[in-house]
Amino acid sequence: MLKKIDENIYELPIGYKEGMRVPGRIFISESLLEMVEPGTVEQVANVATLPGIVKYSMAMPDAHLGYGFPIGGVAAFREDGGVISPGGVGFDINCGVRLLRTDLTVEEVKPVISDLIEALFNEIPSGVGATSRLHVSDSELTEAFIAGARWAVEQGYGTDDDLEHCEENGCLKGADPAQVSTKARKRGRPQFGTLGSGNHFLEVQYVGEVYDERIARRFGLFKGQVTVMIHCGSRGAGHQICTDHLEVLARAVKKYNIDLPDKQLACAPIGTPEATNYFGAMAAAANYAWANRQIIAHWTREVFTKYFGDVEMPLVYDVAHNVAKIEEHMVDGKLERLYVHRKGATRSFGPSRKEVPQDYRDVGQPLLIPGSMGTPSYVLCGQDRALELTFGSACHGSGRIMSRSQAKKTYRGSDVRASLQREGIKVMATEPAVLAEEAPEVYKPSHEVVEVVHALGLAKKVAQMIPLGVSKG
Amino acid sequence: MQYEFLEHTADVKFRAYGSSPEEMLRNAALAMFSVMIDTETVRPERIWEVELEAEDLESLAYKWLSELLFLFSAEVAVFSDFDISLSHDGVWRMNARVLGENIDRKRHSFETEIKAVTLHQFEVRPGDSDRPWMMQVVLDV
Repeated sequence: MLKKIDENIYELPIGYKEGMRVPGRIFISESLLEMVEPGTVEQVANVATLPGIVKYSMAMPDAHLGYGFPIGGVAAFREDGGVISPGGVGFDINCGVRLLRTDLTVEEVKPVISDLIEALFNEIPSGVGATSRLHVSDSELTEAFIAGARWAVEQGYGTDDDLEHCEENGCLKGADPAQVSTKARKRGRPQFGTLGSGNHFLEVQYVGEVYDERIARRFGLFKGQVTVMIHCGSRGAGHQICTDHLEVLARAVKKYNIDLPDKQLACAPIGTPEATNYFGAMAAAANYAWANRQIIAHWTREVFTKYFGDVEMPLVYDVAHNVAKIEEHMVDGKLERLYVHRKGATRSFGPSRKEVPQDYRDVGQPLLIPGSMGTPSYVLCGQDRALELTFGSACHGSGRIMSRSQAKKTYRGSDVRASLQREGIKVMATEPAVLAEEAPEVYKPSHEVVEVVHALGLAKKVAQMIPLGVSKG
Repeated sequence: MQYEFLEHTADVKFRAYGSSPEEMLRNAALAMFSVMIDTETVRPERIWEVELEAEDLESLAYKWLSELLFLFSAEVAVFSDFDISLSHDGVWRMNARVLGENIDRKRHSFETEIKAVTLHQFEVRPGDSDRPWMMQVVLDV
């Protein structure tokens, strides 16, 4: 059924499933395609049935089975006749990654890595049921929903330079706190300033390889340099916001007579109250997540200052990988406003886009691709070619290949910890079970995913980072 | 069988059964919490009252599991038993007593944290004299 139309590009024809409005496109290598479950292809086809979808229902090379959209799914909808769907964003709204660079080298940090990870683990709450050191009032929470990372910076957590280096400057416009339920606030307040659990992490790493000297220099990266990667999202606030609006949108589907192959693709036509309200709430959750990562970055800097004195730790970049946004793209030679959904996919904008921060404008935005626990992460650089192929999108990670239950049967947390320790990687987690579930072998090799993205010209390889220590939920 | 887990690469999928919709909903709640914690370690020390209504049983089932995740997160508590009564007269109504206790990190060891209940492949299948009631759920973890 999948037709190879070019190197690393496979097409799923319209006839594959009833109701498909556009073909599907999976950007993937032959060997990675072999790991893609049939259910994932089905999900690409399901997204293709949504009203107002433009060009293709797409999947990135790290595609795997999700709910609603596949993970690694990208789809854009036209303003006139299109829809917005939480199935294309997910429950962890604006789950994302940020990268801090230091002026420290691996030789300076390695001797104290054990203590450093322990301090980060103690200072930044993580794990199930963890509550924050931060106590925000209801009105402060409202301000964070509206202003995102800017709110955190105004409270003293970081600098204006941090905002310059966040996608959307750390604030999605159009947030409407009135659409955030009391329940979402109740869950969000105590968790504001927590890392979460599962695949979320804070990792101390170093630049092991530089592939593009010029761009690496522009991003402030050099070989042997220590960096910190933070991966987390909107916590219970985002989960509850999605749950609340999913119920509303499930009813809207009946009201607007939309035929869906999967209930999680519940959606409403752009411009209807249901769609507008969801978008406003989703943006509020996205802003909560940006503020959350900003606060965690600030605490990370505090811990580093304790160990290394007055160390500079500028933000390289912060990317969202679960979000729906309004962006302008060329469609059939005309510039159109589209609602781009990225579910487990990263924006990849090249030099031609005004959204790229001024100091990166001549090269493109950074993309941050975390590896699995204990495996390398990558910094890539956005390319204009992605605008032609994927509405300016690329991969977000490596993609799971083994279920959590299978992982727990196969690996033991203590063994995983010991084997990482042997490689010189210090790991701390609240629960050993998380280590088994997140064992490096349960994910696709991230370098293969990155190679495909690089080969297609969706983004360019810039640097590879090797883990030194990880704090997990 | 109370419930069974099905293979799913990235998330958690299960089916819960019961000779009545009440029993099915109870078993689904047990299945969901068993993903996060050994429910044997949870003492039924406190009671939370839950009242819900929905236009059909499927929507009610979704609300029920979502409400429990809300309580888990907002109350920082875990649950191990559920006493459910249902009625329907045009709409479905639920009154439930949820038994459990506040999270005690010394005694409670957690595995995967559930983020949310998805509607992906969400299904409630009515039972009859030959087969039990069944609901299928995919959880985002």
